[in-house]
Amino acid sequence: MHNLGELERAIMDTLWSSDQALSANEVRDRLPSRDNATTTVLTVLSRLEKKGFVARDRGVRPHRYRAKLSRPEHTAALMHQVLSHEHDRDAALARFVGTVGDDGARALRRILNDLRKAKD
Amino acid sequence: MYVAAAGLALIAVAVAWPVPQALTRARWPARHPAVALALWQSIALTGALSMIGSLLCLGFAPSTTLPDGIERLSEHLGRGPLPPEFGVIHLSALGFASGLTAHLAATVAITVLRTERERRRQHRDIQLLGNPLPGTLRTWVLAHPTPLAYCLPGLRTRTVLTAGLIEALSEEELRAVLEHERAHLDQFHHLVLLSFRAWRLALPWFPMAQRAERAVALLTEMLADDRARVIVGAKPLQTALRTVGDAGDLGVMDSGITDPDAIARRLQRLEYPAQATLER
Repeated sequence: MHNLGELERAIMDTLWSSDQALSANEVRDRLPSRDNATTTVLTVLSRLEKKGFVARDRGVRPHRYRAKLSRPEHTAALMHQVLSHEHDRDAALARFVGTVGDDGARALRRILNDLRKAKD
Repeated sequence: MYVAAAGLALIAVAVAWPVPQALTRARWPARHPAVALALWQSIALTGALSMIGSLLCLGFAPSTTLPDGIERLSEHLGRGPLPPEFGVIHLSALGFASGLTAHLAATVAITVLRTERERRRQHRDIQLLGNPLPGTLRTWVLAHPTPLAYCLPGLRTRTVLTAGLIEALSEEELRAVLEHERAHLDQFHHLVLLSFRAWRLALPWFPMAQRAERAVALLTEMLADDRARVIVGAKPLQTALRTVGDAGDLGVMDSGITDPDAIARRLQRLEYPAQATLER
């Protein structure tokens, strides 16, 4: 791995493609590149946890990790941030809908639905 | 000194109201966005300096010159009674001047820090969620149906497109959008927008600050349009603009969602040939 960013990315891809929560060792074994130490993987996992991308199950030993949101849900949340306004969220959204027309309005509704689902 | 204070106050009032008022109504900025942008920046700078300067002149009016006044006051500051010629008016003017300066500086610092944090978070999320677009430099694609393009300034800049945008636009239109976003990044528009955002946040009760921010945002869009038009021509840019809006510089102006009115004005000026200043 060239840098931390790429390792973060590879670990998220691993978690996203797994149906169940994984231990740090399992994550390491599934990474495309084999030369990562478990401690490095653990460090990156806790970084990702702090950033809100990874959830950790502390009830078992070793701890198990899973992606907090699916990739589409996370993308929807990011898009929502991009489109929303710091102060008057709704006004900005309304303006955006006005800008992109019906297709945009439909897409926006989809984003909001995704978000609602993600929150449940 | 009283004359100087009054003169500076007059300048402050002029750039606070009638000058920006005239500039927002004028039609020429659409033809010369770079000139108008420079003018807005000097208006903001003049406004801040003349306001603070006027208060300083008033505060130090009991002395003949500014350095003299500073010297006389600092001699007495911290040890015992102030010189008798400095009255309540002078001291409160000095208090206002230093308070205003501190307030402006603090707002700029906070805005810079917040923007920087938001931008770093955005870069990180894009790296985790997006995919680099093959054959381009620093262009990333987000798998999302809403057509949208925006740029992320920073040490390593990124232009972000959604899958929905790629689907909605032709290859030529896409190139126009990419050149437009690249112009934002190359011309450091985020710094201009950042300073006007800080100005608006520092003076929330001042309607002209908000108007200035919107006007400046529109001018940067026009400048980016002009760059894209020189490279790919006006046609693909127009159709792309009609199909989608763009979100400008993210993390600089609250994602700067473009309003329909601004899009209409950008489209309108693209009907006319580019100005000679741009072709040079």
